[in-house]
Amino acid sequence: MLNRQTPGATHTSDEPFVTIDNLQVTFHGGRQVVRAVNGVDLVLKTGEVTGLLGESGSGKSVTLRALMRILPPARSTITGSIRVGGREVLDMSDRDLADFRGGLASMIFQEPGLSLDPVYKVGDQIVESVVRHMGIDKKAARLRALEALEWVHIPSPETRLDAYPHEMSGGMLQRVMIALALSCSPKLLLADEPTTALDATVQIQVLLLLREMQRKFGMTTIFVTHDVGVAAEISDRVAVMYAGQVVEQGPVGEVLGDPKHPYTQGLLRSTIHGSMRGKRIDAIAGSPPDLANLPKGCAFSPRCKYAEPACTAGAPPNVAISADHDVRCVRFEAP
Amino acid sequence: MFEYLAKRLLYAVPICITVSALCFSLVYLAPGDPLSAVLPADASQEIIDDVKAQYGLDKPVYVQYALWLGRAVTGDLGTSIGSGRPVAEEIGQAIVNSLILAAFASVVGFTIGSALGMIAGYHSGSTTDKMVSAIAISGVSVPHYWLGIVLVVIFSVKLNWLPAMGAGAGGSQAWQWDWEHMRFMILPAITLAAIPTGIITRSVRALVADTLSKEFVTALRAKGLTERTIFVHVVKNSAPTALSVVGVQLGYLMAGSILVETVFSWPGTGLLLNTAIFQRDIPLLQGTILVLALFFVGLNLLVDALQPLLDPRISRS
Ligand SMILES: Nc1ncnc2c1ncn2[C@@H]1O[C@H](COP(=O)(O)OP(=O)(O)O)[C@@H](O)[C@H]1O
Ligand SMILES: [Mg+2]
Repeated sequence: MLNRQTPGATHTSDEPFVTIDNLQVTFHGGRQVVRAVNGVDLVLKTGEVTGLLGESGSGKSVTLRALMRILPPARSTITGSIRVGGREVLDMSDRDLADFRGGLASMIFQEPGLSLDPVYKVGDQIVESVVRHMGIDKKAARLRALEALEWVHIPSPETRLDAYPHEMSGGMLQRVMIALALSCSPKLLLADEPTTALDATVQIQVLLLLREMQRKFGMTTIFVTHDVGVAAEISDRVAVMYAGQVVEQGPVGEVLGDPKHPYTQGLLRSTIHGSMRGKRIDAIAGSPPDLANLPKGCAFSPRCKYAEPACTAGAPPNVAISADHDVRCVRFEAP
Repeated sequence: MFEYLAKRLLYAVPICITVSALCFSLVYLAPGDPLSAVLPADASQEIIDDVKAQYGLDKPVYVQYALWLGRAVTGDLGTSIGSGRPVAEEIGQAIVNSLILAAFASVVGFTIGSALGMIAGYHSGSTTDKMVSAIAISGVSVPHYWLGIVLVVIFSVKLNWLPAMGAGAGGSQAWQWDWEHMRFMILPAITLAAIPTGIITRSVRALVADTLSKEFVTALRAKGLTERTIFVHVVKNSAPTALSVVGVQLGYLMAGSILVETVFSWPGTGLLLNTAIFQRDIPLLQGTILVLALFFVGLNLLVDALQPLLDPRISRS
């Protein structure tokens, strides 16, 4: 019996599906303790796409990996709370986690060429996951894998099932990764810069495919990117990360159309000039902070042109400037 | 696949010819006059010439080589000067004994090496890892002679549990699969296995640790696979490289058997080689080295043939 269930919920509702509360992640494998995530709060409504935006090193991937609990357990500590579908991920047993990963929540990685097992056929890698989560036999799972390859428009999917990763291009592999991620009908999709490693023309195709899949199946989605244009294209809401914190979040139009946080403003300016072939006239001065020695108060203050004594006095407050738009900056604090 | 194998076989031909030429020229590299072993010191020039002609030593070197090679390919490796028996016959029996010992030592080396290597690789950086590495390094660095003698002193002399010499009671050379014969193999096999065990441990450890650090293993976890299934992925990814390490180690193991067989008087090719060297038995020496060298070539061929079966990325054509 083939399970004809399709991924995800099919409508957006106001009920939060994911609630991340004061998430902190530290790494203590090296000489110094690295504070990669420093109190992230995020709420994702069912069926909504949240674009997680920020420079490289701002903690986007670590946030997603913490959500999947795939960070190296011996070298990392996660605190706070991550609730998905009403259950606390940080309290799950190994068994519950194995059901959660790939079943309820699945992830698409940045480098499709590195994220598939090189010595397994791509079809078998999907089958393995389907057998694991859908409780059907290999034959039925193969049909499901075929169906998933059809969703992502892979040409001659039947023969592709028996191809090895090295026989496929980066764009095709990312389609396979997407098929794999969708194959067990997840309700939460985590995409970690899924187009960054691809050629420019392929990037757009994969982005459009992801948007199509999200609309078709309606999973709640976190889409990580450092590209403002991509975030604008795919997101309902945007959360901007800096030094392991969300500094601004809100509806995509508000945050990207009328950015409030000095970092978001800088990010948008540098993107505009970035597209003008190397002339980054107004890029944000300075460099991201050392996560092993974070500055006191606001982590962005050393680079901020509006910096004032209050910025280094203590952690900046998270100010709600409208019903659904938060900014972590002293400048918006009510007097 | 067939084409791939045929190509490999073809490559092996020039290697075999070079190897045989080297073996042959040993006569001229070895110190001393090969004839002195068979001739009395006061032999007349007439007798010397006669014997030279008998062994073909009066002809030019390349003719001698051609004749020797011609006979060698038909399986005739000449007559042992020491025993007067055909070299091929002597080697035939010795190689069976050597292979049995090597096979036993390989199984020990492969099993223990892989198991320790995987444990260490899975716990890389831990105390267990450091302990396993220490064991592996001592396995690699302990000299065969020393280890063999220590084992003999403990298990044969002090405890009197296992025999110290030979391959069977009363100097028997014909192998049999029973405890009476197996007892003789334990100490030499352990001695012989020490180095390959150490090297296989270290290689497997490095391979497993490297595979585990790959992004796709994280992706396998993110699919919700259990650690047991992920282990299968790790093994399949490490196997192709591990296989070539094991192949090379089998080759070294045959080389190591020269010392070990001498220490334990194990009647194999190693002991034969040793005898040939000390008795200046040139035909026996040439024949034994040739057979051992061909064994290496064959082993490499086998590894080359097996690797594409395990790793889809290695092209078969
Ligand atoms: N496994 C790890 N061990 C130690 N530090 C890590 C590890 N993974 C990420 N980090 C650190 O966490 C910080 C955030 O990384 P990441 O979330 O990957 O950034 P990005 O926003 O580019 O995805 C970086 O400074 C990185 O060095
Ligand atoms: Mg990243």
